[in-house]
Amino acid sequence: MNATIEPGEGVRLTEAQLKRRRARSVAIALALFAFVAIFYVVTIAKIGGNIAMSGGGG
Amino acid sequence: MAMDRISNEAVLDEANTGNVRDYVALLKPRVMSLVVFTALVGMAVAPGHVNPVIGAAALLAIAVGAGAAGALNMWFDADIDRLMRRTAPRPIPAGRLAPGDALGFGLALAIGSVTFLGLVTNPLSAALLAFTIFFYVVIYTMWLKRSTPQNIVIGGAAGALPPVIGWAVVTNSVSIESLALFLIVFLWTPPHFWALSLYRSDDYARAGVPMLPVVSGAASTKLQILIYSVVLTVVAAVLPPALHFATPAYGIVAGLLGALFVYLAWTVYRMPASDTEMRPARRLFAYSMLYLFLLFAILLVEDGFGSIA
Repeated sequence: MNATIEPGEGVRLTEAQLKRRRARSVAIALALFAFVAIFYVVTIAKIGGNIAMSGGGG
Repeated sequence: MAMDRISNEAVLDEANTGNVRDYVALLKPRVMSLVVFTALVGMAVAPGHVNPVIGAAALLAIAVGAGAAGALNMWFDADIDRLMRRTAPRPIPAGRLAPGDALGFGLALAIGSVTFLGLVTNPLSAALLAFTIFFYVVIYTMWLKRSTPQNIVIGGAAGALPPVIGWAVVTNSVSIESLALFLIVFLWTPPHFWALSLYRSDDYARAGVPMLPVVSGAASTKLQILIYSVVLTVVAAVLPPALHFATPAYGIVAGLLGALFVYLAWTVYRMPASDTEMRPARRLFAYSMLYLFLLFAILLVEDGFGSIA
């Protein structure tokens, strides 16, 4: 059993498919960044509220 | 069903690596906008206060949850969507996306949105969102849609839950007021969808979907539309002021908007059987969306974004 794939073999994507994959990758990256930003802002909002509830951070 | 899934795969061509727009289409953005708006109104009219950032994050989670339900619906319904003119251009039946990709996308978003909503707000809101997705995908899409002409009556509960979720985000409870908002959307759904299905009944018949006009005929459907329109008008105009989360002025405007709804339903009822163009049904379908938007917009304006600002 020799299943070695030589360079240039395997699935080859067309130019259009590569373009779509690139666009999907960019969309996923943007969504991840947005997700991180949302978690950050939500955390600040929740912590801020809790500090206010406990009468200040001191 | 298994054969349908296989045949779905078979129609895929080499271009089945969809673009970003195809994934966005899976989320049913138009349905999503209605969900976001009604959930926003549920939040706004609820007593109490929510931080605007938390409120916006909750709306995002509800929107993504609704989108996930749409994606899972398109995954399951690809076999019948392919047979109907309105739905044939959707990404899976059109061969631009593999069914498995839509399934994975929908499941990931469903789990993610419910978890996120639970972390950001409260477990009750997350449970209601999870139930909404479950109801739409399993109860409506997988079961009722293909088995009973009452499919969209019962299934309409899924579309009516977002204002209840919005209310729960603020109050961590389900109350009679939020159930009144639920009832308005619930009663609005049948005349809205049956107006559409009247002039698309050949599509539904071809796909074997037992929509009311296919099973009971156009005459029975027109009567049901008229009855639901009258009940909707009364409930939508009376309940919010009676429960003190809207003013009498809302009641008067809602009554007038409802009167136009009933009038259009009457023109549908009077539509002759020979009318193949069915303009009255198209008019009612278009107006029904404006009606619901205006009702909820008035509630929002009257409350002045009370719970969120």
